[in-house]
Amino acid sequence: MKFRRLIFANLFRKKIRLILTIGSFAIALVLFMFLAVVKSAFSRGTEIAGADRLVITNRIGLIQTMPIAYRDKILTIPGVKAVTHNNWFGGVYVEEKNFFPQFAIDVENHRQVMSELVVPEDQWQNFVKDRQGAVVGARTAQRFGWKVGDRIPIKDSLYGTNSTWDFNLDGIYHSDKPGGDESQFWFQWKYFDERVPSFIKSQIGWYVLKLDSPDDAVRVAKAIDGKFANSSTETKTETESAFAAGFAKQFGNIEFLILTIGSVVFFTLLLVTGNTMAISVRERTAELAVLKAIGFTDRSVLFLVLAESMVIALVGGALGLILAAGAIPGVGAALNGLLPPLILSKLTLGLGLSFALLVGAASGLLPGIGAMRMRVVNALRRV
Amino acid sequence: MIRVDGRGNSSSLIKVRGLNKTYSRGGEKIQVLQGLNLDVDKGDFVAFMGPSGSGKTTLLNLLGGLDVPSAGSITVDGDEITHMSGSKLTHWRARHVGFIFQMYNLIPVLTAYQNVELPLLLTKLSKSERRKHVETALGVVNLADRMHHYPRQLSGGQEQRVTIARAIVSDPTFLLCDEPTGDLDRKSADEIMALIEELVGKYNKTILMVTHDPVVAARAHTTLHLEKGVLVEGKASPQTVMAGGAA
Repeated sequence: MKFRRLIFANLFRKKIRLILTIGSFAIALVLFMFLAVVKSAFSRGTEIAGADRLVITNRIGLIQTMPIAYRDKILTIPGVKAVTHNNWFGGVYVEEKNFFPQFAIDVENHRQVMSELVVPEDQWQNFVKDRQGAVVGARTAQRFGWKVGDRIPIKDSLYGTNSTWDFNLDGIYHSDKPGGDESQFWFQWKYFDERVPSFIKSQIGWYVLKLDSPDDAVRVAKAIDGKFANSSTETKTETESAFAAGFAKQFGNIEFLILTIGSVVFFTLLLVTGNTMAISVRERTAELAVLKAIGFTDRSVLFLVLAESMVIALVGGALGLILAAGAIPGVGAALNGLLPPLILSKLTLGLGLSFALLVGAASGLLPGIGAMRMRVVNALRRV
Repeated sequence: MIRVDGRGNSSSLIKVRGLNKTYSRGGEKIQVLQGLNLDVDKGDFVAFMGPSGSGKTTLLNLLGGLDVPSAGSITVDGDEITHMSGSKLTHWRARHVGFIFQMYNLIPVLTAYQNVELPLLLTKLSKSERRKHVETALGVVNLADRMHHYPRQLSGGQEQRVTIARAIVSDPTFLLCDEPTGDLDRKSADEIMALIEELVGKYNKTILMVTHDPVVAARAHTTLHLEKGVLVEGKASPQTVMAGGAA
């Protein structure tokens, strides 16, 4: 590219200004990437939810339970292929900060419904046979350094048993969907039902059912809620993605918060870079006029200005992405599982780079158009 | 042969007919050039003199395609430039005009070589061909040994020589010089004028120059004075001298 030397010579004209602009770009990109991965973490449940799954909760709220007897009634509804159920345990492993989700699961039907969460067959069989057995997601196992055969003590903090429940780690599951949840801890619902106080016995936190076809979702949901209408325990049936979205909303309107902060970052960066480019172009009015006088077209001049802002955006953006890639896993680890896994996917990286280039183009556009429209005669008169 | 009576022959390199330029300033119309005629042949070296505000630079800008006249026509080497679109005029300038400014107007972050190479970046020449042209141009202005110096490392006279090299590197049809020695001491001014004379004498370049300096103007083949928006050949009128144009 013939103009490369001219572009880079102009860029390095004010080195400190260049470094500061690139620095502000990089920092803004780190913040933007962090916001993007947090948003992605909260919406991941929605994105990877099975289209052919429904979740049934107590109509009053998620913490209210439903009878185990509902399972057989649900199975009679046409279009329902399989049903499984879960209860939230909410125990503490050593310290409260070691949070991870623990579920009492229905061993018989869990794998059929949650088929994307894969456990090696031998490990699963050991789990089925072991009343105190447990299976944990690979992420949590890695976090605590657990391996199959370990004894895991978890203190009950919700059900008033005031005791520590000991589990044998029989298996480790992986998700076969990219970004799938590998933080859960499962143990047998029968063991849970044996140990909890009578008021919670035979009670279910939520049901998850698999449909014959996703097209049946609306009909089946209506049929289930209709079946339990006017009973002492009415139900609310929704798609798994709607359930996941509702769950994420418990943290507040994360999307709005992230969009707001992201917009502030975008416009601040736009003003900083736009101002830098405007000053840079104004300082070179005479030089740009000379370029136009000797035959550089208006488009060439616009190209030169845009190329400068795009190079700043590209370098600052790339630096920001490298910093983000280094920092985000550390931040995720420091959060101790309080947030869903912060995953910097290729899509998010691409989004970050596009964001940088968009800001670069936008910030160079106005000064570039100004330079393009500048009349040579007027500019030279000002020299 | 330079003529200002509008009766030049058809072989003139530059032919100006009935040139008018009017500016609006604060709602008032100021007529700078009024029906100006000019014929310049290839290899001519003409100096324009006149008091400040007489329209010398305006005339140069019009001849160089940097500005458009209010009326009249300018034809260069058979191309009438007065009705060309902005982009066509830009391409025409790149091919036909070399500019030499009083303040040199070099790009400070580029070396002498890179500054001279600028007009060639707009051509289809290869890198090695561009190098050959740049080295030749810098050789003509005796700055081959300073090609990798930045403008701040050169004297005013040397900077102006780089500007001249930049103006001639693409072998334009004619050169326009706006006060080429205006920012130089007498010795450097003499060297620059000797170089400009060499471009005319040795390389048969056509040069149109604006100057306030009668000593510099005297080195041109012809000196034309701008009076009341028209060109007058020969010595300046007493009014022009009084106004400082030929002082």
